[in-house]
Amino acid sequence: MIGIIDYGAGNVRSIELAFERLGYSTLRTANKGLLATCDHLIFPGVGHAKSAKENLEKSGVLPFLKEATQPVLGICLGMQLMCQSTEEGEVEGLGIFETQVKRFREVERIPHMGWNSVSFNGSPLFKGMKPESDFYFVHAYYAEESPNTIAKSVYPNPFTAALAKSNFYGVQFHPERSGKAGQQLLQNFLAL
Amino acid sequence: MLKRRIIPCLDIDQGRVVKGVNFKGIREVGDHIELAKRYENEGADELVFLDISATVERRKTRTQLVNRVAKELSIPFTVGGGIATVNEAKEVIDNGADKVGVNSAAVRNPLLVTQIAERLGAQCVVLSLDIAETNSGYRLAVKGGRELTNIDALEFIANAESLGAGELLLTSIGKDGTRSGFDIKLLREAGVRTKLPIIASGGAGVIEHFTEVYQQTKVTAALAASIFHNQEISINQLKESCKRQDIPVRSL
Repeated sequence: MIGIIDYGAGNVRSIELAFERLGYSTLRTANKGLLATCDHLIFPGVGHAKSAKENLEKSGVLPFLKEATQPVLGICLGMQLMCQSTEEGEVEGLGIFETQVKRFREVERIPHMGWNSVSFNGSPLFKGMKPESDFYFVHAYYAEESPNTIAKSVYPNPFTAALAKSNFYGVQFHPERSGKAGQQLLQNFLAL
Repeated sequence: MLKRRIIPCLDIDQGRVVKGVNFKGIREVGDHIELAKRYENEGADELVFLDISATVERRKTRTQLVNRVAKELSIPFTVGGGIATVNEAKEVIDNGADKVGVNSAAVRNPLLVTQIAERLGAQCVVLSLDIAETNSGYRLAVKGGRELTNIDALEFIANAESLGAGELLLTSIGKDGTRSGFDIKLLREAGVRTKLPIIASGGAGVIEHFTEVYQQTKVTAALAASIFHNQEISINQLKESCKRQDIPVRSL
């Protein structure tokens, strides 16, 4: 079963439906006992880091999430909250990925919104995809490049598009809304 | 590199796609799911659904629409049309839409934009403005472009980011339905007043109108309806033309 961590994040429905299109069912819950039985976990997130972190703390899943042993995929703000800290609302993250989240400066348009090409190394998350595949992004904050960076994008400077550390993965873009490439990425995650 | 987006817009009345010319004389063009899937397969980067039905059942039909579309599509989509409260916006997002378009209600009460952004995040708020050029400059219109206000459009645009909008959809009333090209002058003026991404709308008639608006303004996306619905322009052809002119677009 695929568990989706339920803490009031806004884009959960589109994630559920993306897995449904691939033929998988999901379980949206904040119950640690149930989440522990899942083979894969999705940590969604859109909106403001501060309120997301507060809701996450209220949900009580935070300690469980840090200790999870199954593959975990953070999406967008979910990924950002898995980093050490974010400038958005000066929020402390879970500290899984060894990087900080900063606001885009000196950019022409903010948020960074739309399809951008992603260059990736040999991570299994991007297996079978053509180089420089496009994914859909919507964000005003980004994770700085770090040893955990497995994919990069450019706006106009390079930034982290995906992170990985042991069983933890994070993507800045929205695979659930990134067409065929996004579906492939979700499928790859489930194969981990 | 960030790509310029091409966005077909589907005006929906009680579950059917319609398209108005100059916001009047509405004509029906077909089933929205069928059309939406076609656009996704042809390479549309995003879709906008505008629910123009003015019935008491509106909320229910809109929820059904969002649900069906969210199930089928794997590209982002915005739903707008008559959204007047935070709860309505939340309903749209909870049912699987990526963004919510707010128009008349946000012009009358800009705080609505702030409230939706605080609840659901600025990234999902598309502030959709209908703009008319008058002797006293650009002004906002409401009610689907039928009613002109005294509000200065460019000032409103300059203030949009601090209100909490994540993106602007700017429709030129003078250009809409004319097929004479996007309103380059308006879009340039708007582009220097905000850092928000802008979707150009109103006036697309031929492929060159898209390449022109991408080359001459800073818009990150361009929207059109009837020329796509009538299959006068294929999205694929349009993207090929963009590529030939070094305009970055997404390949499938």
